[in-house]
Amino acid sequence: MQLKAENISFGYTEKSPLILDNISLTVESGERVGIVAPSGYGKSTLAKILAGYRMPTSGQVLLDGKPLPKSGYCPVQMIYQHPEQAVNPRWKMDKILRESWEPDEEILRKMGIEDSWMSRWPSELSGGELQRFCIARVLGPETKFLICDEITTMLDVITQAQIWHLLLEISEERNMGMIIITHNSALAKRVCTRIVDLTKINNVHSHTHTHFHDHEHGDEEGHTHH
Amino acid sequence: MSTHTHTHTDDNTKKEKRFEFNRRSFVSIMVVFAIVYLVGIGLWGLIMPEEAYAVDYGAKFVSPEISHPFGTDFMGRDMFSRCIKALSNSLIIGVLASIFSSFIALFMGVSSAVFGGWVDKFVNWCVDLCQGLPHLVLLILISFMLGKGVKGVTLAVIFTHWPSLTRIVRAEVMQVRSSQYVQAAYKMGKTKWQVAFGHILPHVIPSYIIGLILLFPHAIMHEASVTFLGFGLPKEMPAIGVILSESMDYLATGKWWLAVFPGLMLLVAVMLFDVIGDNLKKLWNPESGNE
Repeated sequence: MQLKAENISFGYTEKSPLILDNISLTVESGERVGIVAPSGYGKSTLAKILAGYRMPTSGQVLLDGKPLPKSGYCPVQMIYQHPEQAVNPRWKMDKILRESWEPDEEILRKMGIEDSWMSRWPSELSGGELQRFCIARVLGPETKFLICDEITTMLDVITQAQIWHLLLEISEERNMGMIIITHNSALAKRVCTRIVDLTKINNVHSHTHTHFHDHEHGDEEGHTHH
Repeated sequence: MSTHTHTHTDDNTKKEKRFEFNRRSFVSIMVVFAIVYLVGIGLWGLIMPEEAYAVDYGAKFVSPEISHPFGTDFMGRDMFSRCIKALSNSLIIGVLASIFSSFIALFMGVSSAVFGGWVDKFVNWCVDLCQGLPHLVLLILISFMLGKGVKGVTLAVIFTHWPSLTRIVRAEVMQVRSSQYVQAAYKMGKTKWQVAFGHILPHVIPSYIIGLILLFPHAIMHEASVTFLGFGLPKEMPAIGVILSESMDYLATGKWWLAVFPGLMLLVAVMLFDVIGDNLKKLWNPESGNE
């Protein structure tokens, strides 16, 4: 399968400056494409457009030549940077995990999800533990592409390494396509088959980028092997 | 808070698997006690025969004693029975009015958050309008316009108590609607109905019910104040407001029991509603599930 972004541009309103300008990108099944740029270059916005959360101002996102489905299970799924915001705080973990499909024992074992976590509330788990749930719940058989938006930025290096190890294993096994959004080029080099530098293809003219980008996420290290 | 720390040290010293007296059980007991007391008064007043507070000119202004714990008034009516009947009337009117008022709030709040645009603007305008006017003045105005009496007071309370709860409901719905987990649910193939019943309602209902319970004391107090000022329930009907306004005539002559006991009964009832509301809030919040 093929996920294709055609000439995507995005601005919040018609008058405001463009955040993404004429981006085109093609990802095939089995590919892991890293999108690298400092903060403020529209990485997350691009991720949301690719996953169908936002509509681009112009251009389109095509899955095998067709637009993404408006209802029903979306074959392009997204994993967020902050798992604690991506789960309903009033649901127990068991219900969260099974929102869209029934993950089998094999997946849970691979993801390192323990049985005792199932009866807990999200506030009783750590960020790394929650992120495992967020990943497992979108690994259903209908998922063809995974968009990972800084998914390990706020985790410690050991958890980062474990999560990427699992994701690579599962995506290869399933022949899924992945788009990995990160500002960490060391991580991108380690896990991706191809790297796209958003600073080169997104030619929006903004002077704010150059000064502030290094202060926001200075904590992610590129240690993905153990 | 002292009970809180106390039970924690208890838990640490004796790690037994039997029933542990933690804050959760303490809070539950308080809530149950408050509910039993209020429902009890409400029912007692309902089934009380009129003879219990009948006029008896032979026993005027009896000060509190065993046969008349709250004394008697200028017509020799037993104040204890009259208080219970009055509080029961006030509770029933207050609870009914709050429930209807909360329906308005739920409807306004949800539609404001769901439709947005001019609906949202209109609802906010109504809320600001209602909250901008002095509460009691608006109550008196509506009650007077509707011809006072039970109907006037009840409708006045209904039409003046929805704004604060509307704000809460609106904010809650808006917050969940834009949350990542709701958006993710849509992408996982959930329909609008599934999201509404699975994610949004469970989030709104606890705040709604707690808001409703915390509305009861307001409604009861306002019903009593409007009646006290003479714009509410009729003189012949036992009501806390009526009793208190009658007592004013005799307060200067030393008939203190006419005002003190009914006032205390009202105060206790109102505070118990607060106890129920605040403690349910604690019980329902998953963050405090282990305390």
